[in-house]
Parts: sequence; structure tokens; C-alpha cells
Amino acid sequence: MKFNTPATTNPIDQLKVVGHPLDRIDGPLKTTGTAPYAYEHHEGVANAAYGHVLGAAIAKGRIASMDLSRAKAAPGVIAIVTAENAGRLDKGSKNTAKLLGGPDIEHYHQAVAVVVAESFEQARAAAQLIRVDYVKADGAFDLSDARKSATPPTDTQADSARGDFTAAFAAAPVTLDETYSTPDQAHAMMEPHATIAAWTGDKLTLWTSNQMIAWGVDDMAATLGIPKQNVRLVSPFIGGGFGGKLFLRADALMAALGARAARRPVKVALSRPMMFNNTTHRPATIQRIRIGATPDGKITAVGHESWSGDLPGGGPELAVQQTRLLYAGENRMTALRLAVLDLPEGNAMRAPGEAPGLMALEIAMDEMAEKLGMDPIAFRVANDTQVDPEHPDRPFSQRRLVECLQLGAERFGWSARAAQPGRVRDGDWLVGMGVAAAFRNNLVMKSGARVRLDNKGMLTVETDMTDIGTGSYTVIAQTAAEMMGLPLEKVRVRLGDSSFPVSAGSGGQWGGNSSTAGVYAACVKLREAVAQKLGFNSADAVFANGDVRLGNRSVPLTEAAGADGLSGEDTMEYGDLSEKYQQSTFGGHFVEVGVDVVTGEVRVRRMLAVCAAGRILNPKTARSQVIGAMTMGVGAALMEDLKIDKRLGFFVNHDLAGYEVPVHADIPHQDVIFLDETDPMSSPMKAKGVGELGICGVAAATANAIYNATGVRVRDYPVTLDKHLDRLPELS
Amino acid sequence: MKSFTYERAASPAEAVAAAARVPDAKFIAGGTNLLDLMKLEIETPGHLIDVNGLGLDKIEPTNEGGLRIGALVRNTDLAADARVRRDYGVLSRALLAGASGQLRNKATTAGNLLQRTRCPYFYDTNMPCNKRQPGSGCAAIGGFSRQHAVLGASEACIAVHPSDMAVAMRALDATVETVKANGTTRSIAIADFHRLPGDTPDKETVLDAGELITAVTLPKPIGGTHIYRKVRDRASYAFALVSVAAIVQRDGTGNVALGGVAHKPWRMEAAEAQMPRGATAVAERLLADAKPTSDNAFKLPLVRRTLAGALAEAKG
Ligand SMILES: Cc1cc2nc3c(=O)[nH]c(=O)nc-3n(C[C@H](O)[C@H](O)[C@H](O)COP(=O)(O)OP(=O)(O)OC[C@H]3O[C@@H](n4cnc5c(N)ncnc54)[C@H](O)[C@@H]3O)c2cc1C
Ligand code: SF4
Repeated sequence: MKFNTPATTNPIDQLKVVGHPLDRIDGPLKTTGTAPYAYEHHEGVANAAYGHVLGAAIAKGRIASMDLSRAKAAPGVIAIVTAENAGRLDKGSKNTAKLLGGPDIEHYHQAVAVVVAESFEQARAAAQLIRVDYVKADGAFDLSDARKSATPPTDTQADSARGDFTAAFAAAPVTLDETYSTPDQAHAMMEPHATIAAWTGDKLTLWTSNQMIAWGVDDMAATLGIPKQNVRLVSPFIGGGFGGKLFLRADALMAALGARAARRPVKVALSRPMMFNNTTHRPATIQRIRIGATPDGKITAVGHESWSGDLPGGGPELAVQQTRLLYAGENRMTALRLAVLDLPEGNAMRAPGEAPGLMALEIAMDEMAEKLGMDPIAFRVANDTQVDPEHPDRPFSQRRLVECLQLGAERFGWSARAAQPGRVRDGDWLVGMGVAAAFRNNLVMKSGARVRLDNKGMLTVETDMTDIGTGSYTVIAQTAAEMMGLPLEKVRVRLGDSSFPVSAGSGGQWGGNSSTAGVYAACVKLREAVAQKLGFNSADAVFANGDVRLGNRSVPLTEAAGADGLSGEDTMEYGDLSEKYQQSTFGGHFVEVGVDVVTGEVRVRRMLAVCAAGRILNPKTARSQVIGAMTMGVGAALMEDLKIDKRLGFFVNHDLAGYEVPVHADIPHQDVIFLDETDPMSSPMKAKGVGELGICGVAAATANAIYNATGVRVRDYPVTLDKHLDRLPELS
Repeated sequence: MKSFTYERAASPAEAVAAAARVPDAKFIAGGTNLLDLMKLEIETPGHLIDVNGLGLDKIEPTNEGGLRIGALVRNTDLAADARVRRDYGVLSRALLAGASGQLRNKATTAGNLLQRTRCPYFYDTNMPCNKRQPGSGCAAIGGFSRQHAVLGASEACIAVHPSDMAVAMRALDATVETVKANGTTRSIAIADFHRLPGDTPDKETVLDAGELITAVTLPKPIGGTHIYRKVRDRASYAFALVSVAAIVQRDGTGNVALGGVAHKPWRMEAAEAQMPRGATAVAERLLADAKPTSDNAFKLPLVRRTLAGALAEAKG
């Protein structure tokens, strides 16, 4: 099915099942511990051996020699695979560094061997017996140094401009020119990267934890040099990914190589301390923002430059993305510059681009509002735009940012905020409020599904879509139930298997809208099949209460399905609506913090998000997405920071004791409001993404609240106490 | 993890005898620190002697009017004990500021005293570390050292001791009771129990090989207002950037110990003499010999402020 004209009324609009705050249908499996995660497919795979991955001990250089003799002789060891004996390996199109290093080492903890043994403990112990001699090479590990040698990236738009930024900025009566920095961050999802691999002849099956099944199949086939048809990925449950599991990673490759060498299934999970340097992370940025405005608060010039680094062949963090679209202003420029760094591979993490970009831009907006003597909400409202400001002939499909901010202000009690920072005290707490706009593009992705109706009236949906904790199972079931006029219990959803039709997958907050649109398309096919079988005109047939009805004739779907059942399969594809209309999601984040006047510790007191993100398919799972993202935003604001040893070239704090993320005590109170809206440009579902919108702007709202509490501006994330302690009031 | 053998001892005498018999043996109590270190092969004992069954899990009054805390008393139970809460509030608060509920249910009094540093380079076996591998060097010096020591560090090691409980015990003048294989027992003042790193950072306490902690005793209650203030990057489940244990008497005198600043809980009687003159004077004395790194220089103002806050709170 092709979606190339705006959606009109369709069966989803009935909202009998869609749009309700239903519990997730996979909830009982998860709460009872019976949902099999990647490492737990015990029934499917008997007799699996255990693989333990050894990571490189240096950041850059090469392996001079490797002595495996003691490891080979260790109890229980079945096989050891290194680059020397792995056979020819190519690199997947989505990997920057090789997943198996050697002799060249590209980054710290790059996998250099997998040891396969009868038990997990034996594999791990034997891996410690491998002796590797390295020859170290010098590397670049410091973004602020490498920034000087950064160049425009070639595989993405490096620069954008409209009007004459330089002249307008020079002429502006009120200006801001500040530099902000965001650190490297880790996905730190709960479930580690894990895979069980089994070969049957030349066919490989991987039970794994992967957000994008088709990408995983492609890159595994490419890496091993085998046909795609010989690779099957199964990933029904995923314990979080946040972008860290978009790509084929070392767990999958090392399991496949280990299983081939051991001639039996092998399971591999990365240990927690390996995850931070072995896999991908959100790259650090340095961002310079310049804003010029008239005294009444109209932006006349806005410039945003961002520097980030990656391994050779890698890409930049797209931190200027939102600045191209969020606020009006005749004269504008953005620039991305990419430096070569020999740190682990940088890549997507929840809301890549916008999350770090808004961390900077939305502090800049706060600073600018203060310079103008304006309320930060009023300043944003004054610079709203209903068209793409770089291409004014391109309207937004829907944009209710102003409503989000204004409704949020009312609900949060924004009017009680003291405009003068450092004025509100509650005992030892300096109290402040902050706001930021939330913005994230809505991406639509081609997505397929298959639906089958059996003679008991059970509908089975199959698609390689994944559920990374987002609620995909549930919104897909709701969509199918709505389309076929069935109760939710009559729908069974099967996900995450490459033998199912290729879906959009989970990434970039495109999954919810795109995958349900694919299910919509498949259901349209099935409705046609049902109607055809009954001799109904499918356009007029009504599917409701388990029956299909035309005029006064009503037939149970069970009967229509017949003994053999009926099925429908289709893929939703998109025309150029997303080019004609800019599709984005919007929100307002409000945060109140307390800063301990004695120690400088920052603690969030309450948070509110107001989101405008099209039709909310399930307010309960959507809310869970948003509060989770808000929590992650607090992490970005206050603590998350991969600390680089700039001599040795690695992330030092590579476990969950050293890399802190918020705990329950850090998140006392969160509220989420969704504006009631539909976006007919996005898909027949009229929905958009919310899972990333929820993090966008949170860190800046928090940083702005800290400034409002203390009067001390910190432009270097995370805002830890050491960055403002010396500027807090003297103690009496 | 290196393979090991395991036995369960039934009495302190049996435990120390076993330790004397097997040279690379270690005691295991709650296991919350030791097992993690064994998995990473930072600790590689060949034999574990489980001391959970020694009957050392009681809190009893001493003849001197203090409390005798068995080595195996769990952190949770110790923090909740009515006598501890009433007479040694600083200890209860320090315990509750540490780790998480689940960990405190397992963690023991002796194990807590003997927990090892959280220096990230100590935890990464690819890195040089004099504490883990004597003579290999110290990667933290010149590296990422935000958590590290500002007092009493050496050229060989700048790690801090991570315990909260020990800081309170230092302020309370606790005594560590031990027994050795030959049956001799000793009482070690907490001040002397942990060592500064010097050039042997691998030797963290004055315990001899195979020496078993049987109890920690607290002297008679000294009254005063008990405060434990732990400063950290998140609200819970984080090690201290710095912490202050303070027991302040009505007349302004008292005891003060610092955590998160050195290889052992830091207390200076000379600094306490300054208490009547106020927090600034105390901090000045405590920090007179401080040598921070560029990453952790903030700990000095942080100690000053936290101490001032604690003393102000004590005044009420
Ligand atoms: C995630 C995490 C967070 C934590 N956060 C904090 C925190 O914020 N603050 C804090 O203070 N602590 C914290 N801890 C540390 C925790 O308090 C210690 O792990 C715990 O107290 C150790 O006690 P245990 O009984 O489990 O010791 P074990 O692990 O059993 O043993 C530790 C050491 O003590 C030795 N030992 C044990 N008993 C005896 C004995 N009777 N005689 C002689 N030697 C003995 C063992 O041989 C071993 O060397 C944290 C730990 C973890 C894992
Ligand atoms: S500070 Fe101490 S524990 Fe840390 S690396 Fe140096 S020697 Fe090892």
C-alpha cells in the first residue's frame, strides 16, 4: 500500500481499541520472567556452549603476538577464535570499526578473541589466560584538541544557510555567542548485548537482542560473506537498546564464529564492563551557538556549529538538526564538523542529533531570553514558525509547540517562577524552575506485516518489528483488533523474526507509527480477502464484534476464515508527503530542581512534559516511553558522562558503579500530558513518534532550572556540583 | 574467575586454623565485594572459608557500657538496632547512606571494613595498578582521578577507602577485635586499623595473613548530636565524593571524621581542638596537607562547606 495522500477517515478512527490506555499484552510474560530474552532460549537451543569475549587492552595499535596455549589447555575449552583463524571477514555496512579486531586494533576493548568452553566460568577463566603482546600507536582522544583538525563530513549535509547570517548577527541589537559541551554517553540499557548462535549446515540462526532485524541479517551475511537467505535472526524480546542495538555487534559475530569453530551452538553475552568501550556510544559535542535578536525578541540571526569526533569512516553527531527547524529567523547557518578520534565507535543513542543539540540550543534560548528581559516561554512563542524556516514554502504538517509550552506553564505553575535567579529558598535548598522546548523529527519508514485469521477467529500478526520495551506488541495488537473488529484477546502478535515480513524496526522513534501502519496495510489486504470470499464489496463491509457486516447480512469472521483460514500481507510505503510537509513532534519540558546551598548537589523535585505527537496509540505505553525518556534526560543533565583517559584512550568509568544513571530517588515526581491531536500526513494511523521526544530538551530544562535556582550558568554537561560549587553563595 | 575450593567453618578457631593451613585462602562473609573482585580476577583466592556460621552475628553490651558488634552482623541489622540508633546515630546514618537495601542485607561489619577501593583502574586488569599488582605503576595518577584521595596519598597510589560505616566508626573511636591461628587475640584501634598507601598500597590494613575479625566494639556512648552527611552525584546508590561524620557536644567540642578523601577514614585530633572556633578553623587544619589532583580539587571546598553545614546543623 502506498501512502501518498493525506489520510482520511479510516477504521482506526473508530478508536474502539486504539487510543486506549491498555496494559501491555506482553506484561505478564515479563513480570513472571517467562519472556525469553536473547540469552535464555534454552528450549530452542540444546547443548549450547559458552563464549567469552576478550577485549583489546589498548586503544590503538596492533597485536604483535598472541599466545593461546594456556587458554587452549584450560579446563572445558572447546575452541578459541581470533582474527588469525576466523577466516575472511568483511565489515557490515553499518559498522565503523571491525567487530573482531586484529592484528590492527581500532579501539579499546575491541573484541580480539572469543573463548568457547563447556561452562560460562570456564570460558571466562580461560580468556584471562590468553597473552597478547601489543604494539601501541599514538591516537587522538581529546575532542577539544582534535576540533582544530575537524573537517566537514562527507556523507551528510555539513552546512546549511539562508539569508546573510554574518551581517545580521553583527547588526543585531541583542546577541549571544556561547559555547556548550556535551559528553560521551552510554546507552546503559539493562540487558547486555547477547546472542545464541547455531549453525545447521551452512545456515545460521541467531537468537539475539537487536532492534533492526533486517539490518542485522544484512550485516551478518556481509561480514561472513554468506547469502542473506542463510541467516535468520530471532529477537522477540529486548531488554532495552536506546540505539545501542541498532546494529550487528560483537556478541552476534563472536557467537557465530564460536559456534562454527566449536561445531555446536554458542551463547555469548558481553559483560557489563565490556559494553562501554566495545559497543557504540553517543559522541561528545562542542557546540557554538550565536543568536541575534531585536529588542522585542524577534530572532534575526541564528547560527549553530557542532564539532564531534569518530573513528575514521564514522559520522558526526547531528547536533544542529533541530536548529534548522525549531525557531524562526531570516538569517541562519548551521555547520557540522567531524574530527578523527580513536575512541570507541560513536553512533546513535536515543534521539541522536536532537538530544545533545537541544542540550545546547535550549540553554542558549534561556540565556537569550534573559538578555532580552523576556520570559523564556514568551521568547520561544515569539519565534514560533509554522513553516520550515530554511524552506518557507514547506509547512509543518502540524505544529503545536506554543500550546505545549502554554499548557505546560499553566499546569506546572510557571507563573510562580522568580525571574531573578537565586531568589527562592526552601531551607538549605535553592529552588529553581526551568523550561525547554522538545522537538524531534517524525520519520516514516517502509514497514511490512502478515496477518492470518484462523477458523477460531484468532488473528495472528507477524512482522519482524521489535519491541524494545516500547509497547510494540500492544499497539500492533490494538491496530489489528481495530482493523478487523476483534477484541484484543483474539489477536496474537509475533515479532522480531527475520522469517516475518520486513518492518521499519525500532529506531529514531519511527517504530510505533510505521510498524502499525504496516499492520494496517496487511489488515486492509485481509479485509479484502474476507470481503471477496463472502462476495461483499470490501469498501462498504463493516468489521465489528467479530463479524463482518454488509447491509443486514452479517457473517462471523470465523466462518469467513473457513477451515483453511485467510491471510493478508502488505508493506506500507511512503510517497513524498514528508518532503512536502515537515513532520516533527513537539513538546514542552518543565523541571523544578533544588540545589543544596551547602554542597551544591542538584536534586530534581518535579517534572512535567506536554507532548504533541499525533495520535497517541496507547496513552499508557506512550506515557511510559515519555517518563523513561525524561529520566534519561535527567541523567544527561546531572550525571551521565563517559570519562576519557586522554593518555590511554578509553572510557574509564566502564561499569554501572562508575557510569551513573538516575535511580528512583533521583526521580520523585513526573507528569505527562499529551495534546489530543492527529496528523493525517504521517500515515493512516495519524500517529507520530514519542519515545525520543520525551528526552529532547529535558537536560536543558534541568540546566535552566539549576541556573534559576543558583544564578550560576553551567554550559558544560553534566551539571555536577564541582562545576558550580565555587560560585554558590558563601556560607555564613 | 579462578577455580577455588570452599569450606564452611563452624567456629572462629576452625576458621583461623583453616586459613593457616591453606596459604591462598580468604574468608568470605556477605561476598558482596569479594565475589565481584574474584569474577574480574582482581582477587584470586584458591580457597574460601565461609565465616557466616561462626555465631558472630550478635550485638551485645560490653562491661564498659559500650556495644560489641559481631563481625557478621549485617549492615541492615546494625543500622536498625535500637541501641545503635539511640546512642550511635552517626553509625546508623552512615550505614543507611551506603550501597542499597539488598546489599546491606548481605554486607557484614567486617566485610564492610575490608571492602576494597572503587578506583576504576584497580577494577580494569589491563591497567597498571600498584594495589592490584605491586610494582606495575598507578594509572590513576595523571589519569581520571575525580574520586581519588586529596589527603595521605602517595606516589604509588591515590585511592580512597569507599566505606561509609568505617568513617562513623572512626568518629566513634571503635576498636576492631581479632583472633589469629595461634589463638592470640588483639584489639586494634580503628585509627590504626587502615593504613595509608605509602609504597605498599596492596597492604590496606594492619591485619596479618589469616587473622580473623571477630567483632567491632564501640565505647560507652558519648552523647552529642550525631550527623552523617554524604555528598554524591545522585541521590542514592553512589559512593561518597566526600562525607562528614560529626558528633557535636553542646559546648561545641566534638569528633569529626571525613570519608572519600583518603585511603582511610580521616580524623585529626588537632583539627577537633579547633571546633569551638568554628568549621573554617577545623577544615583548615584537616586540609592543611591536602594535595588534590586537577580532577578532584573541588573536594577541598566541598569538605569545607559540608563540614560547615554539618556543624551548623548540629547547632540546630
Ligand atoms: C554496587 C555496590 C554499591 C556499594 N555502595 C557502597 C556505599 O555507598 N558505601 C559503602 O560503604 N559501601 C558500599 N558498598 C560496599 C559494601 O558495603 C561492601 O561490599 C560490603 O560491606 C562488604 O561486606 P561483605 O560481608 O559482603 O564482604 P565480603 O565481600 O564477604 O568480604 C570482603 C572482604 O572482607 C574479608 N572478610 C570478611 N569477613 C571477614 C572477617 N570476619 N575477618 C577477616 N576478613 C573478613 C573478605 O576476605 C574480603 O576480603 C557497595 C557495594 C556494591 C556492590
Ligand atoms: S590509585 Fe591505587 S588503586 Fe588506583 S590505580 Fe593507582 S595504585 Fe591502583
